[in-house]
Amino acid sequence: MRGLPLISASIWVPLLGALFVSLWPRRYAARCGIGASIASAAAALLLVVAVALSGPRRERLGGWGAPAGIELWIDGFSALMIAMTAVVGGVVSVYALAYFRAKDSSGDPQRQEVEGRREAYFWRIWLLVWAAINGVFASADLFNLYVTLEVVGLGAVSLVALAGGRALPAAMRYLFVTLSGSLLYLLGVVLIYSEVGTLALFQAGESLIAGTLAQAALVVMVVGLALKTALFPLHFWLPPAHADAPAAVSALLSALVIKVTFYILVRLWVVVFPASVSQPVGEALMLLGLIAVIWGSWRALRQQRLKMLVAYSTVAQVGYLFLVFGLGPRADGSAGWQAGAYFAISHACAKGAMFLAAGAIARAVGHDQIEEMRGVGARLALPFFAFGLGGISLMGLPPSGGYVSKWLFITSAAATGDVIVVIAVALGGLLAAAYVFRVLALAFERAPREGAPSLRPIPATLGWSALVLGAVAVALGLAAGAPLALLEVGLPFGQSLAEGVTP
Amino acid sequence: MIPSQIYVIAGAGLVSVGVFAWVVRRHLVRRMMGVNILSTGVFMMLIGGARRVEGGPDGVPQAMVLTGIVVAVSATALGLALIQRIYDQRGERSVEERGPM
Repeated sequence: MRGLPLISASIWVPLLGALFVSLWPRRYAARCGIGASIASAAAALLLVVAVALSGPRRERLGGWGAPAGIELWIDGFSALMIAMTAVVGGVVSVYALAYFRAKDSSGDPQRQEVEGRREAYFWRIWLLVWAAINGVFASADLFNLYVTLEVVGLGAVSLVALAGGRALPAAMRYLFVTLSGSLLYLLGVVLIYSEVGTLALFQAGESLIAGTLAQAALVVMVVGLALKTALFPLHFWLPPAHADAPAAVSALLSALVIKVTFYILVRLWVVVFPASVSQPVGEALMLLGLIAVIWGSWRALRQQRLKMLVAYSTVAQVGYLFLVFGLGPRADGSAGWQAGAYFAISHACAKGAMFLAAGAIARAVGHDQIEEMRGVGARLALPFFAFGLGGISLMGLPPSGGYVSKWLFITSAAATGDVIVVIAVALGGLLAAAYVFRVLALAFERAPREGAPSLRPIPATLGWSALVLGAVAVALGLAAGAPLALLEVGLPFGQSLAEGVTP
Repeated sequence: MIPSQIYVIAGAGLVSVGVFAWVVRRHLVRRMMGVNILSTGVFMMLIGGARRVEGGPDGVPQAMVLTGIVVAVSATALGLALIQRIYDQRGERSVEERGPM
């Protein structure tokens, strides 16, 4: 396994897949697309297994090392993120197969043409985004991160725009946000480069000294990446973009795309910036995260549309992710960072399941107004069950991935004496329970005798694939050992910031 | 003042102009231009920073700017296509802004 180019394979397999789907005639798009997705998931999981068995890996593309060449590099943290992408991406691909296919039954040729194009474009762009996401997780230099980040962003905007109609203004706003966010990140890269003269992540971390320049670089990078991760109060673009996109796309955006910028921020924190520079910014991010947990959950509770509810819940869950920038450096060892990483993967599965379920429900009911879903639960048991499984993880009930990560959060917060974090995590869980049960209670009310909404038949694949992701979210609570062991490979958080990364 | 500093300062000015246009303007083409000016500013700062290294210009930032220009061009193309589609559907070239709430 040592000599095989597994890292680059995890990038070029989906990339080649995207090319194939584009070259073949459009009626084969779905078949090519699902084949390429299976191959991509297999390539990624092979890489993850190799990392778990034989440790971190490094590849020099074309035999060129830094500074001129591109180096790819994987440790336990990136491997876990690639595994998350493979699992969520694989299941969403199966869902998309039925989701985009089932629509063109109206017999209207013009409509069929539009649906066919939408399906073909989904597969092309999604495989491209998959390649770029793996590219971010494998990058070992700051500029490579910028390029792959930009590909992820542009792809995500195009995927949102696929829905047409009211998704177009949402996509437009998302485009401006994602472009400005990555340009601010690039500005930070410029500042770091002018100081240390290297782009390689680790060399930059070794020679960057605390000072005004490092501070300025950190602030612009944090603003840019927090904008792209939709941290309160920069979350304004997320709910419309995630809610108005096609359901398969919403799941990908909420589960995977926002984790990409979170991943880059964590790397910057642990590897690049000295503790004295990042400490105050980290405290501020933690405070904003706490506000986001409460505010996002409160807004989710007040939404009228199911997909908007799930999207605002993402705003709240992003808040938990940002707690690590306060807790991670202070907590003993790597407990705080582990909590964040575990939260990222369990949220990916849970939120993926909820968006897929919401899409299946909306397809059956014909809209996603929550009030008008009274009594449809019994007839749509499968998607509502998947929605509930995802909800269990969001609430942090045992056994679920959400429970494990919240437990890690609370223990590291208790160790550092951050009582307010413990309170906010508990309150956020309660609010999550409130908005999940609000939907479930309404859906499982006894149906009104007259005027019960009539349901359109939906392919069983939609409900089942949502259920699979929900089951994975719960399983992450039962078998937390393996992911946490993978996270320790190569000690990604080994040097705690308290000890400092300075040479 | 050495020439490279002029580049850096002018670049910073362009960044501010770009951010201003992005935040304040409502017309989508103007905002797209704002993002373009923002990226030009970042690129100029990169080039200016490159001259600080002793022993002639440094090739790495210039390669970065070239890549950045390619990204900016494709992003602009995507943005303009979206603006055109929005105009076709709604007859206007601006989108209503929901506040940060």
